[in-house]
Amino acid sequence: MKRKHQRALFVGAGLAVLALATTLVLNSLGQSLNYFLMPTEVLAGEDVPQGTFQLGGLVSDGSFEADDEMGVSFQVEDGSSSLSVVYDQVAHGLLPDLFREGQGVIVEGQWDGSQFVASRVLAKHDENYMPPEVAEGLKEMGEWRGEETP
Amino acid sequence: MIAEIGHFALIIALMLAVAQSMAPLYGAWRRNATLMALCSPLAWGQFLLLGVSFLCLTYLYVVSDFSVQNVFLNSHTQKPLLYKVSGVWGNHEGSILLWALILAFFGAAVAMFGRRLPQTFKARVLGVQALIGVGFLSFSLFTSNPFIRLNPAPLEGQGLNPLLQDPGLAFHPPMLYLGYVGLSIAFSFAIAALLEGRVNALWARWVRPWTLAAWCFLTAGIALGSWWAYYELGWGGWWFWDPVENASLMPWLAATALLHSAIVVEKRETLKSWTVLLAIVAFSLSLLGTFIVRSGVLNSVHAFASDPTRGVYILGFLFVVVGGSLVLYAVRASTLQAGGMFAAVSREGGLVWNNLFLAAATGTVLFGTLFPMLADAFGYKVSVAAPYFNAVFVPLMIPLLLVMAVGPFLAWKRGNIAALPGRIWPAVILLLVGLGLAIWWQGAAAPLEILGLATGIWLLASVLVELAGRINLFRTSLGGSMKRAVDLPRGAWGMSVAHAGMGLVVIGMAASISWEREVISLKYPGDSSTLGAYEITLQDVALKQGPNYRYHEGTFIVRRDGAVIATLYPEIRNYTDPVTQTTEAAIYPLISGDLYAVIAESGANNIPGEPKRWGVRLYHKPLIGWMWLGAFMMFVGGGLSLSDRRLRVGVAQKAKQAEASV
Repeated sequence: MKRKHQRALFVGAGLAVLALATTLVLNSLGQSLNYFLMPTEVLAGEDVPQGTFQLGGLVSDGSFEADDEMGVSFQVEDGSSSLSVVYDQVAHGLLPDLFREGQGVIVEGQWDGSQFVASRVLAKHDENYMPPEVAEGLKEMGEWRGEETP
Repeated sequence: MIAEIGHFALIIALMLAVAQSMAPLYGAWRRNATLMALCSPLAWGQFLLLGVSFLCLTYLYVVSDFSVQNVFLNSHTQKPLLYKVSGVWGNHEGSILLWALILAFFGAAVAMFGRRLPQTFKARVLGVQALIGVGFLSFSLFTSNPFIRLNPAPLEGQGLNPLLQDPGLAFHPPMLYLGYVGLSIAFSFAIAALLEGRVNALWARWVRPWTLAAWCFLTAGIALGSWWAYYELGWGGWWFWDPVENASLMPWLAATALLHSAIVVEKRETLKSWTVLLAIVAFSLSLLGTFIVRSGVLNSVHAFASDPTRGVYILGFLFVVVGGSLVLYAVRASTLQAGGMFAAVSREGGLVWNNLFLAAATGTVLFGTLFPMLADAFGYKVSVAAPYFNAVFVPLMIPLLLVMAVGPFLAWKRGNIAALPGRIWPAVILLLVGLGLAIWWQGAAAPLEILGLATGIWLLASVLVELAGRINLFRTSLGGSMKRAVDLPRGAWGMSVAHAGMGLVVIGMAASISWEREVISLKYPGDSSTLGAYEITLQDVALKQGPNYRYHEGTFIVRRDGAVIATLYPEIRNYTDPVTQTTEAAIYPLISGDLYAVIAESGANNIPGEPKRWGVRLYHKPLIGWMWLGAFMMFVGGGLSLSDRRLRVGVAQKAKQAEASV
């Protein structure tokens, strides 16, 4: 095998793997993108995704309720509006440790027109309790009351 | 006073780093031996000063000096000593200081062990190392200074997230940093090689142990983090494709590729410029990882807006390091001489395959991790969910693992594919037997899960068969085989142990996903749940007092066929500073897999006077322990390989003399 052939083989193999990776990426990216919305944006009704998306905001004080079948419901607010979220712990797992009333939260699920049916409640495991997307959204709404990072 | 000493030491260290980044590089260019000779003492000085600085910060944490802002924000008098100390690097400022300290430590190590390196080369390596140091030290001093004072000093600190008060996590960041920073040496060697215009077997023999050591630490760091997520977060998961996790996975993938291509450079003096490029990429990904984890820029580009200096600095630094080194690469890579030829089917061919797929996997993870930032820049708030990573990463890993099993059977330069079936057939039999046993034991599973399991068993089986072949097992007396096993080079053992570890990891992942059993329910004390063959009773929940928290402790009795086989004690902890609740899962490892129990406040409307009901989550995760065992074996395998005599510096010296005499 000549050096020219070896190089051609490398380039060919590289392109083949690149093509494979690109195909995989394009195939799965569209279905795995989750848009992030605040309650006001959902209630405005424009561009609310049909499928799964992420909703962020603060868990309203005093809104948390649990039923006897481990289903929970709570309100997520962004200062100007709030909407109700239901979550079934038996189907999707126990609520994470960092979930509390008055704290920022991101829930993943679907909007059925009257309530948000969550399939995942997210808690990032870093030292900041406020998910950055939520902090950003609240700032845009003019509702940010937290401390600035020093 | 102590804070000022630490601060001052940090400033002097920056000045030494500036000197170290200029004098030796200039000296190497002008062939000035005096200037070049400065690199070692400067590297040592920088290390000692940073050591002082780091010790000062640690001392401030231990004595809880809240007049220092960093200590006030991240510590608390009530915290156990271990977590006071780990609090030093549990925050942005402290972790950057630790990073710089490890960087200086590795620089000093090169100064010490590198006495036999060619003088210009050593000067250049240390000069580049110091340039990175300047970047980090000025970042620390100008944007993330850990020694800033508060006046008046608060009486009590703000504490540390109790989730992070955990032995697994206490050592997770230092391990990862040892790995990230270890790759800086490979980077410095790559840049020095480009400046010199020379890459040879000697170069690879230097780069390989450093990369290997970095890889070992990265492996350990990732495994510790994953293990922490598994037992601490209480969701029973161990990998979430969180950007923070991806940040450590990408350098690992690149380091794995580099490790293998450096072998080709060392043995066959080919794939040189590719290896240099990999060294640059691996370290760039380490930098990216360090910054995105601590600065939060990944979640939103707007994080830059809340702290513009830091964000702009990070972007600028990444741009200089990545851009600068790639430009240098583009200009100089052509000066590297092309190496030997090899056939497509050969050991080199297998390693190229390894590199192609690892590079593709790294690229897809990078794309998925950075995509939200990209979209954010265009005004879209999106996140890339785990299904993307699973759908892309797994199909790229399977061909890699399949060839990983075959590669070690192939000869260098030209492998004999016709002879392969004659050597590898026992592995096929082992695969069929293993797969049959697993399905007989746990029942059927989805085709993709079976494929994953089969890949893991195939890898493990082929490692055993390859090792058996090397020691002539069953072809000579048992004593003869034992002797051959003892005489086998450590590097060969290292490869087998690490590859077998990878096999165990894959088997553990596939089996625990395929055959996991889960029950979530509300229970009164005294109620039972059935989980496969196990009957698990919540006996009691009691309120108890811990060192800096109060906790509810559940007692679960596990019975199998009526006999008690285990008792599990999961906890719900309530910390007061800051007010936080954490769940401590109870895990009981059985041979068949882990039993995993979590309790939670149910929040259900409890009837007054009646016993309280608790949320209960129970899992059986078959063979999940194999994952941790496998990761440990990969760490040990890397260590074995590192201890190989052929990798020692003296041998490199002899090789150099041989080269010089030619």
